[in-house]
Parts: sequence; structure tokens; C-alpha cells
Amino acid sequence: MLSVDVEKRLGEFPIAARFETAAGATALFGPSGAGKTSLVNMIGGLLTPDRGRIAVDGNVLFDSAARINVPAHRRRIGMVFQEGRLFPHMTVARNLDYGRWMSGIEADPAERERIVSLLDIGALLARRPGRLSGGERQRVAIGRALLMKPRLLLLDEPLASLDRARKLEILPYLARLRDEAKVPMIYVSHQAGEIQRLCSQVVRIEDGSVAAVGGLELLDAEGAH
Amino acid sequence: MLDLSPDEWTAVALSLRIAVVATVVSLPFGIAVAWFLARKDFWGKALLDGVVHLPLVLPPVVTGYLLLITFGRKGAVGAFLADHFGIVFSFRWTGAALACGVMAFPLLVRAIRLSFEAIDRRLEDAAATLGANGIWTFVTVSLPLALPGIIAGMVLAFAKALGEFGATITFVSNIPGETQTLSAAIYTFTQIPNGDAAAMRLVIVAIVIALAALVASEWFARRAGMRYHGD
Repeated sequence: MLSVDVEKRLGEFPIAARFETAAGATALFGPSGAGKTSLVNMIGGLLTPDRGRIAVDGNVLFDSAARINVPAHRRRIGMVFQEGRLFPHMTVARNLDYGRWMSGIEADPAERERIVSLLDIGALLARRPGRLSGGERQRVAIGRALLMKPRLLLLDEPLASLDRARKLEILPYLARLRDEAKVPMIYVSHQAGEIQRLCSQVVRIEDGSVAAVGGLELLDAEGAH
Repeated sequence: MLDLSPDEWTAVALSLRIAVVATVVSLPFGIAVAWFLARKDFWGKALLDGVVHLPLVLPPVVTGYLLLITFGRKGAVGAFLADHFGIVFSFRWTGAALACGVMAFPLLVRAIRLSFEAIDRRLEDAAATLGANGIWTFVTVSLPLALPGIIAGMVLAFAKALGEFGATITFVSNIPGETQTLSAAIYTFTQIPNGDAAAMRLVIVAIVIALAALVASEWFARRAGMRYHGD
């Protein structure tokens, strides 16, 4: 599935991580500041590693030895950010269709309808992001990333900016997404609870490197909650 | 009172034409320069920044004189453009538009640059992950988000162009019907006996145009701002 082996020095903070994931949902789990977001940005193409190799399904996205660095806009990797990052000057509908336009994907009304109803955002289509609640915004951001038909979905702490009630509101959608959309997911979080609900595989990140790869038992290792 | 003579109307119309042309033609250059200053690091950036701002700090007469020796009939650039493209600036209204455009350029660039710098660049990253290359990201995300600043810059530039006097009169003189703008006409009327009434009429026109421009810009900026906060 996804194979990562990268090194990057960010100021005084070195990141050196190597792991592979299987299909389904994989958690990148670890404390804040461990380098999880930097790793995700390297996979998505927003940050260039100093050395290493990144491949998805055998397609090389980055290989410093072979001088390959596919730019972010050609990677077809969907990203959902902590702050949503919806385009404020476009309606929800145009936000959702943006990836399809930019990636030159043909319209697929049935698929769009399916994702809109899966995320329950049909009533929001004509609104602008400024008029959405935090939870609605994140659901639209997830839909926007899904509609560009990504080969991999990266979710970087998508619930971190929401309160507990909103988190509980979105978690079921993410679970449905994992079961129905069939897109492999990398889920970044420092919350063991969210990961237990969604992921089967866990990659533990500590101080910029991979501390362990395994199943949900890794969540309890240091009582991280 | 506002019974303008044909000559006065000519000066008003000429001023509007010069200000509009100066603003519209300099806009793409202003956006490009503002983008490079806001986003790129390159050798000579401080120099470019300085040159762009020079008309703001130089005496206008100096700017006009520099334009005269560069873009005049015998100037290096002016002679080249006249011989190869038939474009003549000296003592033409096009020269007045050039002078106004140059004088207004720092204001235009400054406003647009600030709005580019204020854009959340993480939105541009998000556009890239959705498949937008650099140009499409600029057209669909950066440019629309900078729109309020672009409008503000255009209004400032238009107002500056409308009021420009020193550089214009130095470069293209004060020829009624060709280069005599509103400001130059008012100045001329104040220098002749019994010109006060005509000067006052043109002063009122100038005030009306300036107020209209301000109201229009406020309306556009409000509309642009509303697009981000409501539906």
C-alpha cells in the first residue's frame, strides 16, 4: 500500500521515519510535536524530504536517489486538515467540485450524490464556509478530498479543533467512510479513543521517528489518552 | 453654476480617459510586481522594491523630466517605440496616461502586495492537494482572495492619476484638448484674469468624481468582503 522511508531536518528537529501500511485505515499515533504532520505533508507533497523514498501501490511519488519528486497537484492524494481549509470565496458545492475540475475528472453525479448523502451535507451546498459550524466544515472538507477520487486519504487531526460533541458527531461518518468508500486512510491523531474507533493498524511516532508498528495494543503502551 | 463650457468638458473627459487608461493598463503589471514582491525571493528584490516606490518619494517634476528624457521623441525608449511600433508619448494624451500610471504605480502595488501577503497560504496548499497547479491556484484561489486589496489599489491609483499634475505637465505640457487634464485646466484658470468661476466649476467636478470613486470602491469592497462571510 503506502511505503515511506524519509529523512528531513526541520531546524534542529530531525525526522527519520520508515514504515509501510496495509489497506484500510492506519493511524499515525503519537504526542503533539512528534513530527506526524510533517510526515503527512511529505506524503502529500507539501514538504520535500531531504532523502528517502515514498511510494503508493508501487507508484513512486518521491525518490531522492532517482531524483523523482512528483508535485503535490499530480499525486492524487486527498488531504483533510485540522482547520478544514475550505475556500472561503466559494460555496460548499464549488468547494466539493474543485478537485474534480482541477484534476480533470469527469463528472460522476451518482458518486457525488453518494458522498454528499454519506456525509449528510446536502442541505449545505449553497452556503459559504463562513456560515458553517466547525463540524459541518470538517464534513465538507472530507467530501472535498474524497470527490477528487484520491488513491489515498490523509486525515491530519481532522477532529482536533472540535469540541467533544462535534467529535462524536463526525466519528460515525469517518467509520462509514472507511467501510463504504474503500479509500485507504492514514489517520493522524494523538487521541487513542478516535483511533480505536477507526483504525486497525497503528504506527507510533515519537521524536520524529517510528517507535513501533502494530495493532491497537500499541495505544495502551504508555497510557496515552 | 455647473454649466461647463465645451473646453471644460473636454478637460474633464480627457482626465477621466487618462485616469481610466492609466489604471487599467498598469493593473496587470501591478499584480505581477506585487506577486513577485510578496512571494518570491530573488536577487535585486530590494532594488525592484525601491524603483517601484521611487515616484512616491521623488518630486513629481523629477519623475516627469526622467520620463521626458526616456520616453520623449529623442529618448532611448521613446525613439525606439516611435520608430518600430508607431507609439508616441510626447505631447500626447498617451504620455499623460503614462505619467499618471507611473506616479500611481507605487500605490497600486502596495495595496495589492499587502493583500497577497495576508492570504492564508495553507489554502494554496489545499488547492495543490486537490490537483491545481501553480497557475490555477493563483487564478482560482490567490487572485479572488486578494480582490478587496486589488480594488482598493485601483481606486487609489485612479484617484492619484486623476489628480496628477507635476509629472504630467513636465512630460507632456499643458495642451488643451490633448494633455490638459482637470488639474492642469484648474491651474490654468487660476493664472488668468476672471478665471475664478471656471476654476471653481472644475473644482466641484473634481470633488464629485473623487466622492463617486470612493463610494464605488466602498461598495465593491463590501461586496467582495460579503462573499467570504455570508451567503
